[in-house]
Amino acid sequence: MSVDSMNPDLVNKKFKIIGTRPPRPDGIDKVTGRARYGADFTMPGQLIGLVLRSPHAHALIEKIDTSKAEKLLGVKAVITSKDLPDLTGGDRGMFDILENCMARKKALYDGHAIAAVAAVDAATARKALKLIDVKYKVLPHVTDVDEALKPDSPVIHSHVFTEGIEPAPTKPSNWNKRAEYGHGDVDAGFREADVVISRSYKTEQTHQGYIEPHSVSASVSPDGMAEMWVCTQGHFVYRNQCATLLGLDANKLRVTASEIGGGFGGKTHVWAEPLALALSRKANRPVKLTMTRDEVFRCTGPTSSTSVDVKIGAKKDGTITAAYAELRYQGGAFPSNWAEFGAMTSWACYDLKNVKSVSKDAIVNRPKCAAYRAPSAPAAAFAIESTVDEVAKAIGMDPIDFRIKNAAKEGTKSSYGPVYGPIGIGPTLEAAKNHPHMKAPLGKNMGRGMACGFWFNFGGQTCVDVNITPDGNVNVAQGTIDVGGARAAIAMAVAEELGVAYENVRSVVADTSSLGHNDMTDGSRGTFSSSMAAVFAARNAITVLRNRAAKIWEIPVDEVEWKDGAAHAKGTHHGNRTPLSLKEIAAQAGNTGGPMAGHAEITADGAGVSFATHIADVETDPETGRSLVKRYTVIQDAGKALHPSYVEGQYQGGAAQGIGWALNEEYVYGKDGRLQNAGFLDYRIPVCSDLPFIDTQILEIANPHHPYGVRGVGETSIVPPLAALAIAVSNATGVRQTHLPMSPPRVLKSLKSK
Amino acid sequence: MGVHVKTTVNGDEVEFTCAEDEVLLDVLRNRLGLTGAKEGCGTGDCGACSVILDGRLVCSCLVLGAEMQGKKVETIEGMAVGQKLHPLQQHFIDGAALQCGVCTPGFLMAADALLRKNPNPTEEEIRFGLAGNLCRCTGYDKIVRAVQAAAKEMRG
Amino acid sequence: MRYVQPGTAKEAATLLAKEKGKAFVLAGGTDLLVKMKAGMEEPDLVVDIKAIKGIKDIKKSASGFVIGAAVPCAALGENKDLVKAWPGVVEGASLIGSKQVQGRCTMAGNLCNASPAADSVPGLVAAGAKVVLTSAKGSRKLAVEAVLAGVGRTNLKKGEFVTAIELPKKEARSGDAYLRFIPRTEMDIAVVSCAVNLTIDGKGVITKARVALGAVAITVLLVKEAAAAIIGTKLDDVAKKKLVAACSAACKPIDDKRGTVEFRTEVAGVLARRAAETAYARAGGK
Repeated sequence: MSVDSMNPDLVNKKFKIIGTRPPRPDGIDKVTGRARYGADFTMPGQLIGLVLRSPHAHALIEKIDTSKAEKLLGVKAVITSKDLPDLTGGDRGMFDILENCMARKKALYDGHAIAAVAAVDAATARKALKLIDVKYKVLPHVTDVDEALKPDSPVIHSHVFTEGIEPAPTKPSNWNKRAEYGHGDVDAGFREADVVISRSYKTEQTHQGYIEPHSVSASVSPDGMAEMWVCTQGHFVYRNQCATLLGLDANKLRVTASEIGGGFGGKTHVWAEPLALALSRKANRPVKLTMTRDEVFRCTGPTSSTSVDVKIGAKKDGTITAAYAELRYQGGAFPSNWAEFGAMTSWACYDLKNVKSVSKDAIVNRPKCAAYRAPSAPAAAFAIESTVDEVAKAIGMDPIDFRIKNAAKEGTKSSYGPVYGPIGIGPTLEAAKNHPHMKAPLGKNMGRGMACGFWFNFGGQTCVDVNITPDGNVNVAQGTIDVGGARAAIAMAVAEELGVAYENVRSVVADTSSLGHNDMTDGSRGTFSSSMAAVFAARNAITVLRNRAAKIWEIPVDEVEWKDGAAHAKGTHHGNRTPLSLKEIAAQAGNTGGPMAGHAEITADGAGVSFATHIADVETDPETGRSLVKRYTVIQDAGKALHPSYVEGQYQGGAAQGIGWALNEEYVYGKDGRLQNAGFLDYRIPVCSDLPFIDTQILEIANPHHPYGVRGVGETSIVPPLAALAIAVSNATGVRQTHLPMSPPRVLKSLKSK
Repeated sequence: MGVHVKTTVNGDEVEFTCAEDEVLLDVLRNRLGLTGAKEGCGTGDCGACSVILDGRLVCSCLVLGAEMQGKKVETIEGMAVGQKLHPLQQHFIDGAALQCGVCTPGFLMAADALLRKNPNPTEEEIRFGLAGNLCRCTGYDKIVRAVQAAAKEMRG
Repeated sequence: MRYVQPGTAKEAATLLAKEKGKAFVLAGGTDLLVKMKAGMEEPDLVVDIKAIKGIKDIKKSASGFVIGAAVPCAALGENKDLVKAWPGVVEGASLIGSKQVQGRCTMAGNLCNASPAADSVPGLVAAGAKVVLTSAKGSRKLAVEAVLAGVGRTNLKKGEFVTAIELPKKEARSGDAYLRFIPRTEMDIAVVSCAVNLTIDGKGVITKARVALGAVAITVLLVKEAAAAIIGTKLDDVAKKKLVAACSAACKPIDDKRGTVEFRTEVAGVLARRAAETAYARAGGK
């Protein structure tokens, strides 16, 4: 089925269910404690798995002696990297994952897994870990991104030579990649400018901060049949990766996604899962492995800390003549391309004649970074939007008007390459300009900031099955997981297509043996892709239903149409027939050809980019440097909000994470290269009393490539807050804030040096 | 060795044996089949394990199972009465006050404890009353509104 | 680990004295259980004092208040007389942790845990509070500030434990206040804190004062120079400047993941000024 047949008329159609706010199918289970998350599952005979981790930031592993641990009563398996041979077939990316899951020759960061045990209970497992003797040779370490890029920094991987520079270097380094995006001639553009502003920015490392620690229950039998219960954003990807790493057949490994207690990109990578499978295989018993909070912060996948230089040139009339950025990000202890992502997003909001972004990706002795909600974009937006704000001030132009003048629109060639279709940046800016928040008076010690943000959104491989039950109801099997109400949105789409009530449709997240491959639920693609596949699957089911009605009526199928949940005979000969409801057709399914279903296996193309503009008011105490957020507004383009409450929830949640990132969240590493704040006490995410109500405005500029116009919504909302708050605090204090988080000691210091 | 404990959980008389150093959270989850309380941190910083003990809101990860002798424990599993949800539970669903839902049992316990002591709280009192419960998904907006709506309904 | 819950203070003290391994007193448990989870402490014996008669009571008398060592901090804020007499003490105790922690934690435990950032300690020191220490042989009293020996260390002898905290009778025309600096609005450990307790005469002149600083040295600081700066004044701007300077000068803070030396030194002065203003207003000064 071609996507083009979806648009544009269908995009603007009147919906019965889409856009309403029905209850989600998992709601009651979640408010009663009945819902089962990763750690709420038990397999009979299960062992408890625990991991031994490196206390050094960088060290050679000279010897691991597990003999005493193996002899301890109650211990059923002990593994090291010896139990995880390299089966990656030269795939460097998979090898890095393998090495990240368990250290091989070197411990590469504080917390890097060295060995693991499975025992009859947690107390025995803890005793066993203490009995494992590891001999380390401590090596010099580097944890700062700019330090790592210096030529004399201790080289972490001797096989890494900088990609993307000519001539290719002959010495290994911690600089794994250089990339460049843009068009035009920035040098010429700067010469044209009346005002040129250069500024450098830093952001510290943050973590997705999901409340549920990683947990997996794994069972591997000697014949290679295996199953896993795990909280994950992508059970199909976990299956494929674990199968590769352990030498299992992917089809024999059945992975069920539990309810997930938050992911935000942090549950898109495997850490504990291959270890649990390896332990289970060795012990020939199920193994349950749950991370502690300390392990989650220390040893999973936080986002990059960054160092960014920005230079903008503009004419007095407000036209930006040149825009340049160099973005340096660290990706943890393995090669990555997070800085490159940052370079791609950096100027995406603007229509620029001369633009250039250069990225430098660095390796440091920190955990391997994972995606965190619009990965790389927030730090880039902080640097770019802060500088945009400064340029607007320098030429005496209102910051919103300055952005409106330079905003990207349909037909703009983006800074990262593609030409935009209809997009929402202009509309969100206009909406912000007219929003009552912009006109509200500011009190003492208060400042206001506004900023824009962009995210690509992704499509990807997606499958949905729609099955009609014998009693005429509808089961939907989706393959993307449900982080915050997506099952409701998918059921709504199917109900809308079939013309039945929402209450007649139930969607579940199917396991990997029951559905075709689905890519990760990330990139804001869950609802976008699964709803697209759900619509196609429902339309395929409708074809089946029409055929059955045609058979029942003994008329050609071309003369049967589907409307309002029933088959209608059309045309002059048969138009008098009483319509056949889905229930009535289902009742006769056995006689007309058997069970009825519709499927869709697609690569969801045409994900629409989404833009947002945020407005923030802060009050900063000039004697302590502490800021309180007094008012916050999110204006974002959703394309089409299937379930407005859940779209609002994504806007508010992303904004709250961005606020924490801007004000208080940061990884604190000591001189010894160890993480000092691996807990919720000193890794300070916003608490309820830290935030005001977060106002939201949903704009709908339809994405012409989705049957309902949907754009992904989950990520864009975390992109503007860092900049919005930095600009607000800068306005409140009179001092430009260039280092996040704006913790009170940092802000107070900046005030003192005014 | 172990400690033998007789206590009341959600109105039911319960007996269990646990290790001396075992916390109530692990007793609930691993021995009593009550997995509604979650371990988000194990150190009293996130509130996901919140229960009500002799009428006071506590973190079950900071209480020993051994201390439960003769006490009255209320968990999320006891909040609904049969099929009838507590107004707080209903308003959390209606008001979309949960996204991933893992913090929700803790929040409902904390909100219940708050409203028992203060049936007409201001927004500020709600926010500070729930400050011991971390949520990473919602930004707390819809949670506060759901508590306000439930409080209004419960005041009649 | 062994767990016992004795019914009398003498029993508890005897168990603590006899124990050859590592023995800990359990009241609220909000510090002990965290340390056990982190593997920092592995007790051999835990003595739960909550069943001791009277140890959960708050008693008011003509000479002040006697607060049992196992009174949870949440109960302090529910005692109207205590809140009226010693709002600064209650403020400090009420800021420990979250509502959940408040339902369990105690001032005695907060004190004996001996963290430099303990929230209840500056207020108790400024109020001139004493602890009652009970052993198998009897009891003795100690000023709160004399209990603290260093980071995580107290001057308690083996076999004795805190059974009560005594607050003196609140004098007429006096007021106390506690302020702490934290980066969020709740849940953080104090980066720097200050408690001020003062008494004024009929004309609004400060006749007595005690100023205690927390989280700026290895133990709480009772800053005599800060008190001297405001005694004999009506807390005018000159006096406040001297107060701020005295507090900043007395600080011996460290750089850590919560704050820097310069930040703590600077903000100690700011908090002292603000706490003094509140205490002065509570005393009836204008």
